[in-house]
Amino acid sequence: MRLMSEEQTMIRDMAAGFLDEKAPVDALRKQRDSGGGYDRALMGEMADMGWFGMLLDEESGGVDMGAEAAGLVAEEMGRRLSASPFLSSGVMSAVVLRATGGADWAAKLASGEAVVAMAIDERVKHRPDAIATTAEKSGNGFVLNGAKRFVSDGAGADRVIVTAMTEDGLGLFLVDPGLEGVQSRALKTVDSRDAADLRFDNVQLDGAALLAMGDAAQEALDGALRVGRAVASAEMVGVSKEMAERTNAYLKERKQFGIALSNFQALQHRAADLYTQIQTTDAAVAAALRAIDEGSDDAELLSRVAKAKAGKTASLAVREALQMHGGIGMTDALDIGLFMKKARACAEYLGDGECHGDWLLRQRGL
Amino acid sequence: MTDLQEFRAETRAWLEENCPKEMRQPMSEADVCWGGRNWVFQSKAQEQWLERMAARGWTVPTWPEAYGGAGLSGDEDRVLKEEMARISARPPLQSFGIWMLGPALLEFGSEEQKRHYLPQIARGEVRWCQGYSEPGAGSDLASLQTKGVDCGEYFEVSGQKIWTSYADKADWIFCLVRTEPEAAKHKGISFLLFDMTSPGVSTSPIQLISGSSPFCETFFDSVKVPKDQIVGERGTGWTIAKYLLTHEREMIGATDSALFGSDDLVEVARDALGVDDQGRLDDPILRGRIADFLIDEIAFDAELARAKSWIRAGKQLGAESATLKYTGTELNKRRQELIMAAGGLAALEWDFADAAGDEKASLWLRSKGNSIEGGTSEVMLSILSKAALELG
Repeated sequence: MRLMSEEQTMIRDMAAGFLDEKAPVDALRKQRDSGGGYDRALMGEMADMGWFGMLLDEESGGVDMGAEAAGLVAEEMGRRLSASPFLSSGVMSAVVLRATGGADWAAKLASGEAVVAMAIDERVKHRPDAIATTAEKSGNGFVLNGAKRFVSDGAGADRVIVTAMTEDGLGLFLVDPGLEGVQSRALKTVDSRDAADLRFDNVQLDGAALLAMGDAAQEALDGALRVGRAVASAEMVGVSKEMAERTNAYLKERKQFGIALSNFQALQHRAADLYTQIQTTDAAVAAALRAIDEGSDDAELLSRVAKAKAGKTASLAVREALQMHGGIGMTDALDIGLFMKKARACAEYLGDGECHGDWLLRQRGL
Repeated sequence: MTDLQEFRAETRAWLEENCPKEMRQPMSEADVCWGGRNWVFQSKAQEQWLERMAARGWTVPTWPEAYGGAGLSGDEDRVLKEEMARISARPPLQSFGIWMLGPALLEFGSEEQKRHYLPQIARGEVRWCQGYSEPGAGSDLASLQTKGVDCGEYFEVSGQKIWTSYADKADWIFCLVRTEPEAAKHKGISFLLFDMTSPGVSTSPIQLISGSSPFCETFFDSVKVPKDQIVGERGTGWTIAKYLLTHEREMIGATDSALFGSDDLVEVARDALGVDDQGRLDDPILRGRIADFLIDEIAFDAELARAKSWIRAGKQLGAESATLKYTGTELNKRRQELIMAAGGLAALEWDFADAAGDEKASLWLRSKGNSIEGGTSEVMLSILSKAALELG
């Protein structure tokens, strides 16, 4: 599937229009002041627009538009810091459920009826293959033991896809967080989004909880991570563009020494350098999204490069925005701090430059 | 089978049949075929390869057939390049005629000029050089002072150019000359073509820190240039120069870009430093720097591919060319620094070279000029801040 440029424009405009009205930066600010997380009713409206089914086929209530479409929506979300479980539920869990035949829950997340989170990380750095959590066979089902940390949108999730080691290798389990033995601790994070640490103590799972095992599980997980990285990167491109544009506007407006800041070459060159970084990042992210939709062999590499690059660029964009705004950039009243917090979280989640750089060098025999 | 698939199949078969095996080897700078009146082919294979490709119009595949090209579409050109890359076929001919003058003539030349000059370029018969910079006109190129005095039938050109690439080996020069001394700075320049063997032309190579001498100082002492050797109207040379500079930036930004990361850097690092028992490069801090670089480089590869697809779709790159030039040259400087760091003490020997025979220290030193020639990085940032961001 490859979107035509008119379709891209349509998706982008539709997302921008909707989010301007329903989920601008001020909405995140209000959400933060009332405890963080996201507005579930608003998520329902997003689902009504088909956003949570972009990576699902029609039988699962999806619209099957692909990663590129999801990336366009994510970029607009990044520009406005719109809070929703789009990436966790609508993108990553959707990809897992599609690959593993979990059609009933796929339909529920596509319609916005349910939120399905992904419990992948156990350490402070993203290492999806470092899994100490175990699922031991017991009768027709499994007993789950272990802990997952920083589960994005985990506190308000109706189901959580958990990675655990079984006798037959990796297993993916769809776990009801209300089950006995599951402890969920909601985290208060810098970006004010929903996140939770989960503990599993002898949690009894029935056989139906198993989504996939062994190679099939690995393939489904890899697929979800791949799409997740590319879409998260698109969100960071949105953050970066918004910060750069706001900063350039401010440089033209703010006067010191009797002239606008935009006249100072030291600032012009920094703004221009940031612009080139964003252009490069935008191209890398677009290439990753497209490679995923085309099923290209390069998709894995490109999604990792996109994630690493987008993290670096978003970090640069928010730092430059703050410095070039000067003192006012430090105030909570201005939005830059909110973007900075989002950029930090987004760069860390699903792996940073070191994580993916390490993978890249291993691929090259270094 | 679509037309394009058919074209690919034919191209593949033809290349298989016609590309000599010596021309399917990695190429160092010394192996480039530049052509020209005084060109001495390094091998029979090099000569054959040029003849065969020129006969097909494939030295300049997208130029119209009437001017020595093959009239290929953007997609066909891409297929040809992919098929050449598939068998590691060397470019049969490289030249400033192909890269610079050709595009300028196609855009601004008269029909007679196109029919006269372009086929000579396509066949590698005439080697061109570019007369732009002057000792007093570097980043501020439009302040150039080489003058062309109107003497009726001809202009009499006097002055000095510098950084003229391969002027000592070129047959002809395309040159920016001030022919309208009364006009404003940007409106008084004309784009002239003339033979380097004309009386009054002399050149002198400049030795660079890298040890090589690709550039010259070029002197003009009352050189007579017939008036039909002007491209475009009098006083419009700056427009052509700007068009070509944009073109040049795309080229410089695009050179040395290996798809999906530098093999040369990876090779040097592995060979010189070795790996630990985990299979990781045995220098964790340098390894981190290399990883950081490769991420930027691969992201830039994606940007280049996107720019190329825009060009194929007939879009003008505009300010984007400054992004490519700035990013590409800064990355190449970083790559060469990392290669030297990875090579360590061994890289200090002049003959520390790669499989193609290019000396690493020389490439490292030469790369420092990348962000100066064709418009400095600082000029690129100024262009972007004005054209793309409307600052200042």
